[in-house]
Amino acid sequence: MKILVAVKRVIDYNVQIRVKEDGTGVVTDNVKMSTNPPDDNAIEEAVKIKEAGKATEIVAVTIGEEKAQETVRKALAVGADRGIHVKIDGIIEPLAVAKILQKIVDKEKPDLVFMGKQAIDDDCNQTGQMLSALLNWPQATFASKIDIKDNKLEIIREIDEGLETIEVNVPAVVTCDLRLNEPRYASLPNIMKAKKKPIDELSAADLGVDAAPRVQQIKVEEPPKRKAGIKVSSVAELVQKLKNEAKVI
Amino acid sequence: MPREAMEYDVVIVGGGPSGLSTAIKLKQINPELNVCLLEKASEIGAHILSGNVFETRALDELLPNWKELNSPIKTKVSKEKFLFLGKSKSISWPTWLLPSVQQNHNNYIISLANLCRWLAEQAEGLGVEIFPGFPASEILYNEDGSVKGVATQDMGVDKEGNKKDSFEPGIELLGKVTVFAEGCRGHLGKQLIEKFNLSEGKDPQQYGIGFKEIWEITEKNHQEGMVMHTAGWPLDNNTYGGSFMYHAENKQVFLGYVIGLDYKNPYLSPFDEFQRFKTHPAIKKIIEGGKRISYGARALIEGGLQSLPKMFMPGALLIGCDAGTLNMPKIKGSHTAMKSGMIAAETINEHLKENKSLSIYEDKFKKSWVYQELHAARNVKPSFSWGLILGIIFTGIDQILFRGKLPFTLKHKHADHETLKPANEMPKIDYPKPDNVITFDKTSSVYLTGTNHADNQPVHLQLKDPNLPINYTLEKFDEPAQRYCPAGVYEVQNENGINKFVINSQNCIHCKTCDIKEPSQNITWVTPEGSGGPKYGNM
Repeated sequence: MKILVAVKRVIDYNVQIRVKEDGTGVVTDNVKMSTNPPDDNAIEEAVKIKEAGKATEIVAVTIGEEKAQETVRKALAVGADRGIHVKIDGIIEPLAVAKILQKIVDKEKPDLVFMGKQAIDDDCNQTGQMLSALLNWPQATFASKIDIKDNKLEIIREIDEGLETIEVNVPAVVTCDLRLNEPRYASLPNIMKAKKKPIDELSAADLGVDAAPRVQQIKVEEPPKRKAGIKVSSVAELVQKLKNEAKVI
Repeated sequence: MPREAMEYDVVIVGGGPSGLSTAIKLKQINPELNVCLLEKASEIGAHILSGNVFETRALDELLPNWKELNSPIKTKVSKEKFLFLGKSKSISWPTWLLPSVQQNHNNYIISLANLCRWLAEQAEGLGVEIFPGFPASEILYNEDGSVKGVATQDMGVDKEGNKKDSFEPGIELLGKVTVFAEGCRGHLGKQLIEKFNLSEGKDPQQYGIGFKEIWEITEKNHQEGMVMHTAGWPLDNNTYGGSFMYHAENKQVFLGYVIGLDYKNPYLSPFDEFQRFKTHPAIKKIIEGGKRISYGARALIEGGLQSLPKMFMPGALLIGCDAGTLNMPKIKGSHTAMKSGMIAAETINEHLKENKSLSIYEDKFKKSWVYQELHAARNVKPSFSWGLILGIIFTGIDQILFRGKLPFTLKHKHADHETLKPANEMPKIDYPKPDNVITFDKTSSVYLTGTNHADNQPVHLQLKDPNLPINYTLEKFDEPAQRYCPAGVYEVQNENGINKFVINSQNCIHCKTCDIKEPSQNITWVTPEGSGGPKYGNM
């Protein structure tokens, strides 16, 4: 079995996001970037499946600017066998990503495609679903447990009501939840070895995909500041304020 | 389980200006050398914090074509000001009356973090292997006692010291020479100084704590290239310190405050002094209407030549502010750190090629301009132990009339952890509450640093005696850790009438102040899991 894992480079989850003064986006210059956290879970799961002898090859793919290659290198350092970097500058929307991944699936012919359930920068949570539709493959989203059973996957999904167990046929697209596993650390010798693993560089044009954005971004702004709370002196005052000022009762 | 080992010609610990300069210079001299550099931060630059008005002297020597290499050195100093602050007034001191070391017209306002990121690119281009996210946590020795290399921190260990599923053992990095360039109060450098007795015959090292905030200010208040320093309020005559304000590109100002850690009053809170300083009319009018976008703090070296330890030992060199090469009256350490690293590279090359002893470092250092600078600067900081006014008068005579050539050397008499007076002998200080516009609390400040440490790992701020903070330090000094820590790591909590000392180590911004100032030297800073700590942008 061959697994393709899609990884995205995003602003590190610890960094406080700052909106550009002109409202055209967020500041990314000299800001620490990292792999989208649930994508780390996707890579980890693929590596675990390979270590269990159930997969033969893991290919990590990323789509983005020059430096996005670091994200592929990190995947290679924790166990992916080779990488693909589709170089595109600027905003790339989920549909463009899904179309590019579709072309890569056509080329690579993996049995499974793993990726994070959503990216922490745009929070879209669309790429996996769109890819599954484009490929006409089954999808299993928000996976928190994956069991491989012959040519089927038994997957536990994190849903609002609790946990849902489903079965999907292979090939399939699986999007991973943070609870799926604990990603391993890249060891220093493995980082060294990863520098020698191959990464194919492609462009959207090479794949025949028009990656131009379909959505026009009008403005990015900070959420309004939360106002300071007030202390009320009695229950009566609280009820009065909830009724007349907050108008919630 | 034995750890894996990797062998290099040279192993460098720390990706600041000194370590990166060593790496670059080594590969320039001999491209065949295998050089690796370890950095505890998640990326190069993420733990770097500095003013910074940059003197290019060392860089001119290291990469003479830096202007063509798209370096982040853009804003030339265009105007200078020095103010003495009273409580609400200020007196401007003419710049021509400042010692020449405090004149900056040939220098640049830069972000040292960005300079380090750029230096790292240059180093990687020359073939240096840089490993961010891997703190060197242990020194390895040969049987003959010489330094053999370092080991990186184990990863995936829980609070109790048990291995988690994700456990990844540390690696041994063995070098023919190991270069320690951890910056001020490096935790391995501290061990080396003790083991090899490197400070023998030297004065105790002196430190300061430096704060920095980056503000985006209104166009009308911004004067790109403007450099301003202040002395005086809010500090009293007996406390050493002052502020900087540098107008950088993109309407940003780098605003900071440095306080000598030899202060005496345990009630003094360096963080709150900095916050209060911003409310001075001369400062407030500049940042008013602007927005604070970054915050950070870091200890710095103030001891100078008298306190500079020997920088060589068998198998290793100690460089930059891991030893203490900052020039205090100049308020600059980047160029001297870089130069000390370049001298290290020359020394190592001769050591490897001609089998010369690493002790040739000392002679090379003494013949360099760094030594000349530090020698001329040596009497400034100790003179301020007489107070601000006498310090200024003496410094005027020493620096302007004699240009640092007075025929005597003043001594530093005490280590910074010895200077606190008992709390009951000192006045309490009532700091104003933050207004969340100009002044802020520690929590919202630390939030801006992007600091994080992986959950459930051993506490990296270790107490030699866990009962001492409550049983002794609280009673005698009102536990000053609550105040000298710029990140709110230390708290004394009272639960049902019982005092408890709490260490919020996940907030630690790696400034090392506690390791320096704790009156009984009871706190030891050790490396947390790799990538932990702040994620500074353009500090």
